[in-house]
Amino acid sequence: MSENKGVWVFSENYDLTLEMLGKGRKIADMLRTELVAVLVGSNVQEKANDLIKHGADKVYLVDNPALERFQSEAYLSVLHNLTANYKPDILLIGSTKNGKPLAARLATRLETGCIPDCSRLSVDEKGRLIGERITYGGNAVAKVTFRSKPQIATIPGRAFAKLEPQDRNGEVTKLDVKIEEPKTEVVETKPLETSSVNIEEAKVIVSCGRGLEKKEDKALLEDLAKILGGQLGNSRPLAEDRKWFTEWVGLSGHKVKPKLYVACGISGVIQHVAGIRDSKMIVAINNDPEAPIFEVADYGVVGDLYEILPALTEALNKQLQ
Amino acid sequence: MKRIIVCLKQAVDVSQLKVDPKTNQLLTASAPKKISDFDKNALEEAIRIKEKLGEAEIYTVTVSSEDAKAVLREALAIGADKAYFVNDPSFQDVDTSATAYILTEAIKKIGEFDLILCGEASLDSFSGLVGSRLAELLNLPLIASVRKLTVEDNTVVGERTLEDAYETVKAKTPALITVTREINQPRIPSLMMIMKASKKEIVTWTATDLNIQKEKVEGKIDVIEVLAPKTERKKIMITGENKEEIAEKLAKALIQEGVVGR
Ligand SMILES: Cc1cc2nc3c(=O)[nH]c(=O)nc-3n(C[C@H](O)[C@H](O)[C@H](O)COP(=O)(O)OP(=O)(O)OC[C@H]3O[C@@H](n4cnc5c(N)ncnc54)[C@H](O)[C@@H]3O)c2cc1C
Repeated sequence: MSENKGVWVFSENYDLTLEMLGKGRKIADMLRTELVAVLVGSNVQEKANDLIKHGADKVYLVDNPALERFQSEAYLSVLHNLTANYKPDILLIGSTKNGKPLAARLATRLETGCIPDCSRLSVDEKGRLIGERITYGGNAVAKVTFRSKPQIATIPGRAFAKLEPQDRNGEVTKLDVKIEEPKTEVVETKPLETSSVNIEEAKVIVSCGRGLEKKEDKALLEDLAKILGGQLGNSRPLAEDRKWFTEWVGLSGHKVKPKLYVACGISGVIQHVAGIRDSKMIVAINNDPEAPIFEVADYGVVGDLYEILPALTEALNKQLQ
Repeated sequence: MKRIIVCLKQAVDVSQLKVDPKTNQLLTASAPKKISDFDKNALEEAIRIKEKLGEAEIYTVTVSSEDAKAVLREALAIGADKAYFVNDPSFQDVDTSATAYILTEAIKKIGEFDLILCGEASLDSFSGLVGSRLAELLNLPLIASVRKLTVEDNTVVGERTLEDAYETVKAKTPALITVTREINQPRIPSLMMIMKASKKEIVTWTATDLNIQKEKVEGKIDVIEVLAPKTERKKIMITGENKEEIAEKLAKALIQEGVVGR
């Protein structure tokens, strides 16, 4: 067990890789060990230097036409081969829809533990990694650590910040790995229209729930968002049931941390609240005085959003002049 | 398609979970339990496949250290043909590696199957690892987080939503699929179905029945603490004679707090 060393990061998502390097750098410094980025793909060598600039001491590069796109067994065999040979102490894997199953299967092959969706990471006095994650449907935060190595944690997007790129020295090692036969075949991919602005980075979010009767009525929220310098958000049913949006805020959606979160016609069910907990300030507008959202709000207004929103926009307009 | 196995977790009903205000500990032991939502979607999907193809047996497998008979009866009422219950006090606090190992041993003992369906994650711990771990242990093709599933002869096709793309993935059976909540709307069993279910079989196995190795159940992770997050919110209610007055007070408060973005 003691022979494992180094902090490694891997994600098929490049931005997430850089974010994990940001946190990985701090952990590696604390443990006085090296930070390794695993770079997998086809014709990707030019990215190696950028990974070093973002904090990596070493890059393990596996470049192969068969790895051009993510394929479960192919990527799994590369990571398995590398981790079994070089035995990292810690491995951070991006918690994407493909990355999480990858992490779970790799942990199974290596007979080790995996802590998913860690929004915070620290190291204890024995040098063990501690991951913090939201659990029980948003009711709790669990602190979890490992009994086995490598310690594998999956990391959601935007939990950690990238480092400013710097000119640093690092080592790039190109490796040849035997790639396993795929068991599944991707027969079609279609791009998904996602909002160009990342809601995780929004300073102000005006968010609507099922209290909004028609999709067009979101103009009321847009007017307020405009004067507040913010953007729109929404609860899950507006995406999943009503299909007005493709994304949502909450436990199973985006976890946001704005200065101001205005919840309009949102009841404040725990799964939604789990995604807004890190907001600096929460304002709730709801016509039900018993709505649980008021329990987690700094300012609450019991009232009809169709009346309060236009009045609030107007009042802000006046006062900000 | 002859046999579909659905893995069902008995989960804490998180919507009814209470917190001890003194210690911030969750009162999980006294909280009501139910079939984990995502697993219910998996069961519903199995029933729809059976209805479409006409013939297939649906077996559920549940691993728990506690009594879970009520949950198993419900699964049988919804439409499972047989429920396997792997029940042993040593399974308390199992982690995802141990759960996947126990499920693997149970499924090997059940024998042949064409498809295993699991929820993408569980309602309470929300780890989302067991299905993938199980696929690996059983050496099966895995299609994870499927929101639409099509089954033909000996292939399965799953549609998934990734962060930036929709993807359609094909695999040969036997295969393991994890499903999202969007995949279907689970049915509610009728009184008739509930009555019929009382005649269906529940097979109970202990750790010994499955030759479970003790050290593999101990798990690979340690939970240090599980605490309700402290919310320190102001909880100020803004009231007034009319909407204009309320709006003015709120606008003033927001500007004073310095949270207005411009
Ligand atoms: C495993 C799991 C994960 C989930 N993940 C998420 C998640 O990530 N994000 C999420 O949002 N949900 C999630 N949910 C769903 C969640 O449980 C709730 O169903 C959802 O958040 C409720 O959305 P809502 O507040 O918009 O709707 P409702 O609960 O229906 O609330 C609507 C509110 O609007 C108020 N209202 C109605 N009309 C007006 C009006 N004219 N003016 C003012 N107020 C009005 C009502 O009083 C009510 O409080 C999840 C559920 C599960 C089981």
